[in-house]
Amino acid sequence: MYLLMAAESDGFFTKTWDVFTRYQPLFLNAIQSTLLVAFVGTIAGLCIGLIIGGIRAVTSHVEQTHSPFTKVANKVIYGITSIYVEIFRGTPMMVQAMFLYYTFFAPLFRWTPMMSAMVIISVNTGAYMAEIMRAGIQSVDNGQIEGARSIGMSNIQTMRYIVLPQAIKNSFPSIGNEFVVNIKDSCVLNCIQFSELFFIAKSVQGTIFSYAEPFFIVGCIYLLLTFVTSRILGMIEKRMNHKRSSYPASVTTPQANMLNKE
Amino acid sequence: MENIIKINHLRKHFGNLEVLNDIEFHVDKGEVITIIGSSGSGKSTLLRCINLLERPDEGEILYHGKDILKGTMDINHHRTKIGMVFQSFNLFNNKNVLDNCMIGQIKVLKRSKEEAMQKAMYYLEKVGMKEFAHAGSTQLSGGQKQRVAIARALCMDPEVLLFDEPTSALDPEMVGGILDVMKQLADEGLTMIVVTHEMQFAKEVSTRVVFMDKGVIAEEGTPKQLFEEPKEERTREFLGRYISSR
Ligand SMILES: Nc1ncnc2c1ncn2[C@@H]1O[C@H](COP(=O)(O)OP(=O)(O)OP(=O)(O)O)[C@@H](O)[C@H]1O
Ligand SMILES: [Mg+2]
Repeated sequence: MYLLMAAESDGFFTKTWDVFTRYQPLFLNAIQSTLLVAFVGTIAGLCIGLIIGGIRAVTSHVEQTHSPFTKVANKVIYGITSIYVEIFRGTPMMVQAMFLYYTFFAPLFRWTPMMSAMVIISVNTGAYMAEIMRAGIQSVDNGQIEGARSIGMSNIQTMRYIVLPQAIKNSFPSIGNEFVVNIKDSCVLNCIQFSELFFIAKSVQGTIFSYAEPFFIVGCIYLLLTFVTSRILGMIEKRMNHKRSSYPASVTTPQANMLNKE
Repeated sequence: MENIIKINHLRKHFGNLEVLNDIEFHVDKGEVITIIGSSGSGKSTLLRCINLLERPDEGEILYHGKDILKGTMDINHHRTKIGMVFQSFNLFNNKNVLDNCMIGQIKVLKRSKEEAMQKAMYYLEKVGMKEFAHAGSTQLSGGQKQRVAIARALCMDPEVLLFDEPTSALDPEMVGGILDVMKQLADEGLTMIVVTHEMQFAKEVSTRVVFMDKGVIAEEGTPKQLFEEPKEERTREFLGRYISSR
């Protein structure tokens, strides 16, 4: 019995390796597609998130000093961005992909599956990023903003040079997590004929009439990709937090009496 | 002498609370004004109105005769003229010490990098922080942060510098150093308005002391007048309470 299982499992791995080497170019191509769409989706989603999240952070609070017009405008703008965020976070990306691709992207814009996949994953990620960035922006201490305003920086300069860099740094773990999620979740884009890993596994399965090997292979590939990505992100995060700590951080002030008293 | 700042009938309320109630106030060149008063009397609010971090409801704030509350004023330009030092320092956490002092010069005043760097190093040296120019701003002690914050404000070449309880968040042993820096700036003729609970500093350094109570300026005068022969009952009471609590 034991021998039989060993023999069988040995057979499984040999067969899997066989399938992998035979369809290697397909799998390697699919890795590229998956990584590309996950990367583009994360970066473009981050850009969308910065803009939408920034708008949401600014319009979400009402100040006494605001004029009635500003108050109403803020509510309306916040409401519109909420609709975007709620729709794209509240429905499966697969549904979004099927609807957008077959109603607009393919028939009207003549976009390729690749192009459509990138747009869909970007817009989807953008909705999550908007909330990540809104929270990130709101976590920046108000004193930072007052400090910037007190030296004459405009609202936009304050955002660009002071608030956003800190917001991005604070939310870097969540931003990185979106990338890892995108590597995995991009698999639903097979539904619009985008040839990423899952799509390739399915077509290999269709040729060899066996599920186990191709899906075991892509499973391993997904695991490898997410594992390596997480490690790299973790390293970047560590570096960001330790960048300046090599400098002697003195608690006392030996320079206290060094005022030039000429 | 022309007033740098002249405030007429200034009012500000938060909800139902009258925080500033018909304030009349003026600042002349070279004056060092300390504002004292109990908590909640409106000292910070008055200071913050002067550089428009807070927007008053009514009244005028004339800066060299021009009302900064009128719509045509460029608020950001005005703020470069009126520097501010905060109780909580508010250094930019994402910038090192030098960049904290340079960014305003470069982005707001459009100075060249070289010029900004030179000026930043000059003022960092003045406040005793030159050695820390490349340190991260989050890695400094409170006293060091406040020195950098003062240098950052000075780099903009302000005409008036506002201080809102600059030593209140510091460990006791750091307070003296910051007050020394401020004293030196006063000696050099910088116009300053300082909200403080350091009565010794108010006595020794200021040219005028303003006592605020419940949103009004209850009494003002030279340190000698105000501390030694206060006219108002509530000033006497405040000073008495202050001294007995020490
Ligand atoms: N943004 C705000 N919203 C609502 N109330 C405020 C706001 N800022 C200040 N206040 C209130 O206005 C009053 C005056 O505040 P202010 O900060 O000017 O007092 P202060 O004299 O500086 O007191 P302290 O010595 O405690 O700093 C206080 O009662 C405070 O609670
Ligand atoms: Mg205060």
